[in-house]
Amino acid sequence: MRSLRIFSTRHSDGILWVGLCVLTLAAAALSLWTGAVKLGPAQVFDALTGRDAASTAARIVLYSRLPRTCGAMLAGAALAVSGSVIQTVLDNPLASPGVIGVNSGAGLAVALVCAAAPLAQRYAPLVAFGGALAGVLLVAGLSRHTGASRMTVILAGVAVSALFSAGIDTAVTLVPDALSGVTDFRIGGFTGVTMAQLAPAAGLIFVSLGVALSLSQQMDILALGSDTAQSLGLSVRSVRFILLVLAAALAGAAVSFCGLMSFVGLIVPHTMRRLLGERSFSLMVSSALGGAFFVTVCDLLARVLFSPFELPVGIILAFAGAPFFLWLLFKQRGVRT
Amino acid sequence: MIRLNRLCAGYFGKTVLREATMEFLPGKVTVLLGPNGSGKSTLLKAALGLVPPMAGEVLYDGVDIRRLKRRQIAQKAAFLTQSRNTPSIQALRMVLHGRFPYLTYPRRYGGQDYAIARSAMDVTGSRQHEDTNVAQLSGGQRQGVYLAMALAQDTPTLFMDEPTTYLDISRQFEMMQTARSLAREGKAVVLVLHDICLALREADRIAVFQEGRLLCLDEPDAVYQSGVLEQVFGVGVYRVNTPHGTQYYCAPQQIPGQRPEKCSDT
Repeated sequence: MRSLRIFSTRHSDGILWVGLCVLTLAAAALSLWTGAVKLGPAQVFDALTGRDAASTAARIVLYSRLPRTCGAMLAGAALAVSGSVIQTVLDNPLASPGVIGVNSGAGLAVALVCAAAPLAQRYAPLVAFGGALAGVLLVAGLSRHTGASRMTVILAGVAVSALFSAGIDTAVTLVPDALSGVTDFRIGGFTGVTMAQLAPAAGLIFVSLGVALSLSQQMDILALGSDTAQSLGLSVRSVRFILLVLAAALAGAAVSFCGLMSFVGLIVPHTMRRLLGERSFSLMVSSALGGAFFVTVCDLLARVLFSPFELPVGIILAFAGAPFFLWLLFKQRGVRT
Repeated sequence: MIRLNRLCAGYFGKTVLREATMEFLPGKVTVLLGPNGSGKSTLLKAALGLVPPMAGEVLYDGVDIRRLKRRQIAQKAAFLTQSRNTPSIQALRMVLHGRFPYLTYPRRYGGQDYAIARSAMDVTGSRQHEDTNVAQLSGGQRQGVYLAMALAQDTPTLFMDEPTTYLDISRQFEMMQTARSLAREGKAVVLVLHDICLALREADRIAVFQEGRLLCLDEPDAVYQSGVLEQVFGVGVYRVNTPHGTQYYCAPQQIPGQRPEKCSDT
C-alpha cells in the first residue's frame, strides 16, 4: 500500500523544504571546493565573485566545477520531478523516466543527431525532448489502447528502453566519436559539462517545472484514479497528455547534458512521498530539492571516493538506487499489479 | 434528470450494454441488479460519460451528453467508483476535491467549499476523521470519505457502483439508509448492488440486467412477483413477514426440472 506521511502539518513541509535547500546549497558549496586540485574556500569565493578571474583556481571553479555542480542540481531536480509526474500520470509507483523508456528515448535521439550531424549538438535539449516524448507516448499509448495492467506498462517500458538502448549502442559503435562531447553518456555523468550546454536545458527545465507546479491541483485529482477524476470534471486525457509532455521535457533536458541517469527519478519521489504525503505541489517541490541534493552529493562522492580517479556519477546512483528499487518491488508484491 | 435512450456501450469495440432505455427519477433509490458482466457498471459509466455511447443517447435534462463539457457533467452527476485509489492525503483535503467542478481560476478552494465539504462529511459520519490521513482509515471509514467527496459535488444525481461490497453488515445497512435519506432530499440515487435481498428491501425501483439487456424496471414488489430474479440468477427468492417487516431471502432452487431456460443455453 501507499506509505504514510510522517510529518502531518503544513509547517513541516516548509521546514523540510528549508532543510533541503540548506543541504543542497551546502553540498553545492562542497562540490565547488572539493576536487583533484586542492583549493581554499577563499580561492573559490574569489573565483565566484569575479576577482582574479584569470587565475588557474578561477578557471577550475568557473569552467569545471561550477557547470558541473549546476548540472548536478538541475539534472537531479528535473529527473526527480519528471519521476513524480510520471508516477502520478501512469498511476504506477514503479514508473520513472529511467524505467519506462523516457531517458533512453532522449538518449537515442541525442546519439542519432550527434552521429548524423555533429554540428547540431547545440539543439541537444530539444532533440532529447523529442526522443523522450516519443518514449513516453509510446509506452503510455500502448498501455492506454490495450487496457494493460500496471505491470504490463512497466514491462512494456523495459522493452522500449531495451530497444532504444540497443539503438544508442549501435550509434555509438558505428560512429565512435558521436558522443565524445558527453562522456559516460550511457551511465550518466557531469564530466566536461559546459555552461553553454546547460543554458538551453536549464531554460526548458525551469519552464516545465513552473507549468507542472501550476497543474498540481489537477495532478491531485488525477491521483484519485481515472474514473473518479473524470467524474469530478477533469479532462483526464488532455491533462495526462500535458503532464507527460512536461515529464518528457524535464527528463529530456536533463539527459541532453548528463546522459542516461537512472534511479533518481524513482528513488527521490518515493522518499518524498514517504516523508510528506502525496499532495502534488509539496511532492514536486520537495522532489526537485531532494533530487538536486541527492545528485550533487552522489557527484561529489563520485569525485572523492577514489580520488584522483573519478567514477561516473551514474554508478554511485545505481549503487544507491538498485537495492532501493528491489526493496520496492518486493514490498509491492501481492498488492495491485 | 438523466435519461438513457436505446443506449449501447462497451469497451474496445465489444458491446456490453445493449439498447438500454431508462431514466433516473429524482427522489428515488434505483438499484441495478444482474450477474457479473451483465452491463450494470457499463451502464453507470456510460451514463456518466466515462465510456462513449456506441449507439443511442444519454440525455442530461434533455441535452445530449456529447455536447456537455466534463465540468458540466460533474455538476449534474457524481460517481462513487467501485475500485479506488487511496492517496496519502488528509480526509478533508480529499472531500474538498468534490468542489473541483465548481472551481474557477486560480483554482483555490474557498470558505464556502470548506463548509460544503464539512457538511458532506457530517452526512456520511466521517467528520471526526477530517484531519486523518485517508490511508490510515479503515475500509468503511474510507468509503464514508469517498461518499462525502461525491456529495460535496452537490449534484442532482448520484451513482454508486457496488457501494456495499467491501463493507461489514452494519455499514451496509448504514450505507443504504444514507442512500434513502439522500433520495428523500430529492436526489436521484442509483446503485449497483449484488445483494438481491438488500435491493428488494431498500430500493424504490429495481432494474434487472442479463447479458447486457435491461429485462425489467419496476418497483421491488412487482419485480419479486414477476419471477425475473429467479430466472436471471438461477436461485430461489422468497419473502416472509417478520416482526421487522417483510424480509427477503435467497436459497438454491428446489425443484430440479425448473431451471431457467436462459442458464442452459450457453
